[in-house]
Amino acid sequence: MKRLILSLLLLTSAPALAVDPAEMLKDPAQEARAREIGAELRCLVCQNQSIDDSDADLAKDLRQIVRERISAGDSDSAVKQFLVDRYGDYVLLKPPFNPKTWLLWLGPLGLALAAGLVGRAYYRRQRREGAAPQPLSAEEQRELERIMKDQG
Amino acid sequence: MITESGHFALALALFVALAQSGLGLYGARRGDDALMRCASGAAVALMLLTLVSFGALTYAYVVSDFSLVNVATNSHSAKPMLYKISGVWGNHEGSLLLWVTILALFAGAVVLFGRHLPPLLKARVIAVQGLVAGAFLAFILFTSNPFMRLARPPLDGNGLNPLLQDPGLAFHPPFLYLGYVGFSMAFSFAIAALIEGRVDAAWARWVRPWTLAAWVFLTLGIALGSWWAYYELGWGGWWYWDPVENASFMPWLAGTALLHSALVVEKRDALKSWTILLAILTFSLSLLGTFLVRSGVITSVHSFASDPGRGMFILAMLTAVAGGSLTLYAFRAPALKAGGLFAPLSREGGLLLNNLLLSTAAGTVLLGTLYPLFVDALGGGKVSVGAPFYNAVFVPIMIPLVAAMAVGPLMTWKRTDLLGILSRMKFVVAATLLTGIAVWVLAGGRLGDLASAGGMALAAWLFLGSLWEIGERSMLFRASGPEVVARLKQIPLAAWGMTLSHAGLAIMIVGIVGSSAWMEERIQNMKVGETAKLHDVEIRLDSVSEVPGPNYAALSGTFVLLKDGKEYQRLSPERRQYRQPPRPTSETAIHSTLLGDYYTVIGEEAPGGGYVTRFYWQPLIAWMWAGALIMSLGGLVSLFDRRHRIGAPQGSRKS
Amino acid sequence: MKRRLAYLLPVLVFLGLLGFFFRGLFLDPKAIPSVLIDRPVPQMDLAALPGRGDTGLKSEHFKGQVSLVNIFGSWCVSCVAEHPMLMRLKAEGVVPIHGIDWRDDPVQGMLWLQKNGDPYTRVGTDPPPGRTAVDFGVTGAPESFIVDAEGRIRYKHVGIIDERNWRQTLLPIIKELQK
Repeated sequence: MKRLILSLLLLTSAPALAVDPAEMLKDPAQEARAREIGAELRCLVCQNQSIDDSDADLAKDLRQIVRERISAGDSDSAVKQFLVDRYGDYVLLKPPFNPKTWLLWLGPLGLALAAGLVGRAYYRRQRREGAAPQPLSAEEQRELERIMKDQG
Repeated sequence: MITESGHFALALALFVALAQSGLGLYGARRGDDALMRCASGAAVALMLLTLVSFGALTYAYVVSDFSLVNVATNSHSAKPMLYKISGVWGNHEGSLLLWVTILALFAGAVVLFGRHLPPLLKARVIAVQGLVAGAFLAFILFTSNPFMRLARPPLDGNGLNPLLQDPGLAFHPPFLYLGYVGFSMAFSFAIAALIEGRVDAAWARWVRPWTLAAWVFLTLGIALGSWWAYYELGWGGWWYWDPVENASFMPWLAGTALLHSALVVEKRDALKSWTILLAILTFSLSLLGTFLVRSGVITSVHSFASDPGRGMFILAMLTAVAGGSLTLYAFRAPALKAGGLFAPLSREGGLLLNNLLLSTAAGTVLLGTLYPLFVDALGGGKVSVGAPFYNAVFVPIMIPLVAAMAVGPLMTWKRTDLLGILSRMKFVVAATLLTGIAVWVLAGGRLGDLASAGGMALAAWLFLGSLWEIGERSMLFRASGPEVVARLKQIPLAAWGMTLSHAGLAIMIVGIVGSSAWMEERIQNMKVGETAKLHDVEIRLDSVSEVPGPNYAALSGTFVLLKDGKEYQRLSPERRQYRQPPRPTSETAIHSTLLGDYYTVIGEEAPGGGYVTRFYWQPLIAWMWAGALIMSLGGLVSLFDRRHRIGAPQGSRKS
Repeated sequence: MKRRLAYLLPVLVFLGLLGFFFRGLFLDPKAIPSVLIDRPVPQMDLAALPGRGDTGLKSEHFKGQVSLVNIFGSWCVSCVAEHPMLMRLKAEGVVPIHGIDWRDDPVQGMLWLQKNGDPYTRVGTDPPPGRTAVDFGVTGAPESFIVDAEGRIRYKHVGIIDERNWRQTLLPIIKELQK
């Protein structure tokens, strides 16, 4: 949330509002693609900010280059690859799925599985160490149903 | 003179804190009442000393004493008084002093309000607080002293970053710290319980109000920061998954889990060692946030100067606090007896599910925040983990959590009949489906609208489900009017608080889904007199004028919003140029309605004449802030429950 | 016993993290390694600065001998600080230095060189959006690249070249390549 602070510190000239109308593409569909790609590219000098959100000169250049590639007919992935070829995966705010990021992308799933295992272990231990809650007796069951009916 | 006394009080505070922890721990071990009373006295003294110190620094800011390095680098004589004061915590050294002052206040509060706490537990809690305070005081005195003098004071200061000169951000850090530091109470209680080897319902009853209070503050603090980002940064965004934001969000997630698991300890005497672990983790995550923000280990855009020397110190502190407590946990927790039994489908089971999902969420944010460090440390170069990653992985964790939240409060303890609950909630199920379909149709009925329709249905499910619980408790529509009122009166405040908080989250989801799904943006170059369309209005640039401010000059544009050709609203965003430090900021002008915000920004003059202007239609976004407020309010209401009142006699009735 | 181990897990995870944090204190999160190492210099055909007398900078100019490419600009504050070092290197004549005047008005760039001295063998201008600089993966100025005699990028240096990093890092690499 405080990203502007740094981008301001790094500025070399007067800032412009990010994404200037002058640099936008005529074709709204192409411009929309440019915005979508821009939101996933890192402004390299502002660290945690996309080039779309940044006032930095380099971000402005990259926005223009993205638009040039789109106008030249590149696909979205080709545009991103163009920048990855020059700046590395670092330029992608959404890291690609490769051996370096397997743990990152599968991590949340792994954590969820681990959490599930912890839960299962808890109930198993509970069953082992103490008797499980007794099932309802027939009478209790009838009583429960009666209450349910009253309430429902 | 006043400054020197502040400096002296700070140095003295370090020794008092060490005495406080030593006397508390040793006194409790010996069972020596006199020693334990000394520890209590030390805690009160520490509170006063840190207050003196904080007051002295504040005084230096108020009178603009530029002979202090800290004041000279962060303040300016022409700054409005509010920002002179908020400047105290707008920098690394001052914010740490605020942190330790709050810590001492909490420890003092234990002494003053904890009359009914068992003396041993109380002494140990105070001792642990003293230990943490001592570590922070040493950190301040040795690496980040705000009372350093300049040999030749400058005529005026460097000023505070203009972005921070804003009422929203002036109060954001204190709330955040009240939250972070508030979790130190849960931590101290957990350590004390581990030393004693005993965790019971009474323990949970003492821990819960502190945790709840911290949670309320942290929720407000995060919401305030997010709100500030929304209206001040001028990009219409409100959450960027920046490491600094994550640093506050992780303790929030863990703290929320803690709040719920402590409930199980209190009511059912189960999940004890897990709750202790959560208390340790929640505070450790708060400390970790400090480490990440101030050490420079993770790239963030935070303004605090990072410094490896300080990083090393905080790392040592983190090792002592988190490492030490987790080691203690490893040895003492197995001895904690497992308590009440419950089936997976039960209130406890629901709360356990909540805990597992919240922990997964916190772990995911931690993984994303630290992953660039992992790869880099292993020689894998640089990777970026940005908002697109979090958005992709976070939502799937939240869906089951929110879905279960609506049913959880309706479940009975020990075991429950889920199908029975669902069949009683027929109306809620039907309304949820209807909401989903209606939103989908209204949004355009395309495949891509399914996600937003699902989000809205989820919000409806949670909102109605939360109200349903109150409905069932009060036998609304089934009993007679007076009986319903009588029953409503009997519902404890804690239950009202829960309903409010859950419903608040539902309202928040409406805002999040609405603003992210249907936001409209218009960027254009406008000359005075020209109009542009935004959502259902036309916006005309009426005039642009120069407006002087106390420490800036502003370019102010006046926009007229026209609805059906008639004037509907006037908005005047500004572009400010601050004098010291010389930086531009843009002040947005926003018109909020229940349906959405009209958000306007004006930029500098374009080369060919005219001004760059930016408009956003942010649908339903006001719901998000309202939801966050209602969530905190819920926490506050719970806090006033008889059973949670600090110092309430133990063994009060169960609901 | 197995249960006791489970309770040890949190502290073990924490110790693992601690290792990373400790390592992290000595890493620079802002240092971005170049992906262009060992790749040929980008295709370029940059115009000359007005009145400088050379024909600008083309890719083929990098063939035949080891060279140093320096990204600069008249707007760049740090470049002023770096400049005396480059002037000295020119006087020593160890390696030819080519300049890329990045994001600059060519007239300003030329005036800047006239004022501060001109250490470059060839200079090309790369006006906004700085396509050649982006092809080099440049994030700021000054940045310098060591290019071998086959015209391949061999090393990237971010920031000012000073006595220390010249002696310790850059010069040894250049000497090695010149063998």
